[in-house]
Amino acid sequence: MTWTIICGIWMTSLLVWGYDMLIAKIYVTLKPDVLDAPGTTVKSTLETLGFEGLADVRIGKFIVLTLNSLTKEEAAAQVEEMCRRLLANPVIEDYRVEVEGAEG
Amino acid sequence: MKFGIVVFPGSWSQQDFYHVIVNVLKEQACYLWHKEADLKDVDCVILPGGFAHGDYLRAGAIARLSPVMRAVTAFAEAGGFVLGSCNGFQVLTEAGLLPGALLPNDCLHYRCRWVHLRVESQQTPFTATIPLGQVVRMPISHGDGRYYIDQAGWRRLVDGDQIIFRYCDANGEIAKDANPNGSLDQIAGVCNERRNVLGLMPHPERAAEPILGSEDGCLMFASILETFARI
Repeated sequence: MTWTIICGIWMTSLLVWGYDMLIAKIYVTLKPDVLDAPGTTVKSTLETLGFEGLADVRIGKFIVLTLNSLTKEEAAAQVEEMCRRLLANPVIEDYRVEVEGAEG
Repeated sequence: MKFGIVVFPGSWSQQDFYHVIVNVLKEQACYLWHKEADLKDVDCVILPGGFAHGDYLRAGAIARLSPVMRAVTAFAEAGGFVLGSCNGFQVLTEAGLLPGALLPNDCLHYRCRWVHLRVESQQTPFTATIPLGQVVRMPISHGDGRYYIDQAGWRRLVDGDQIIFRYCDANGEIAKDANPNGSLDQIAGVCNERRNVLGLMPHPERAAEPILGSEDGCLMFASILETFARI
């Protein structure tokens, strides 16, 4: 709780002092050819609940990064490299990145 | 022969390997903490099972960036023997030392049970003295063991004789229901192009004494020792 407050004050102070905070949203999903076992199970469960017309369910990861002191272009390039080097495995996963201002 | 067993935070099979190497095989073994960059002049590196770094993000994704992995990569590139079992296999694929990737089991269960494997190639230091086609029995213990590689990669594995173990039934048939995790082409273990790095999901170290119900894991260790003695 204390940490949340401290982090909140810290982040607010950054905004007040004029840092450009950026939010990078990263969506990591299994490649279309890769069987998504949890997704398949959720699909059949949704069908059990009576939902019709489900062609497919894919479950992925949603990663949110908060970045500061970067332009949008720098942030996009850096996040791209993070995805390539760690956040996604190109053998099995695709990823998509959205960079936006912290205020949304 | 001196074996180095890599230990990441979250590894759990290192002591089983150490026990087999020192007490059963009467060979030398040492642990290699993941922060170390020195492989202590070992002749074979072993990456054991477990949940390195909690398997956060993906199994093996964080472990592959540990300092020890730079040394392991250099060791492999110089032709050194590297064996990864279970989580060690996952780390080797994430590190790019082995092709493919390991995904959650298709059944969604963590599977801990005995499996049969068919030896598909003798062309590695780890299987050189095991008769081709021999059925060996070892345990598996994993949630993310579904081997996957794209079509082109699978073709390269087949053409390059890099599929070393396949899940089979007790008679050696590659039966669908003998596949415990949905692995592509029933693949349980693969090697690299140079054939000095092998990864498999089953645990040879947990099948190395009669009291454990199988000594088939010893066949792999015996092969490593004999191949090394010939060098």
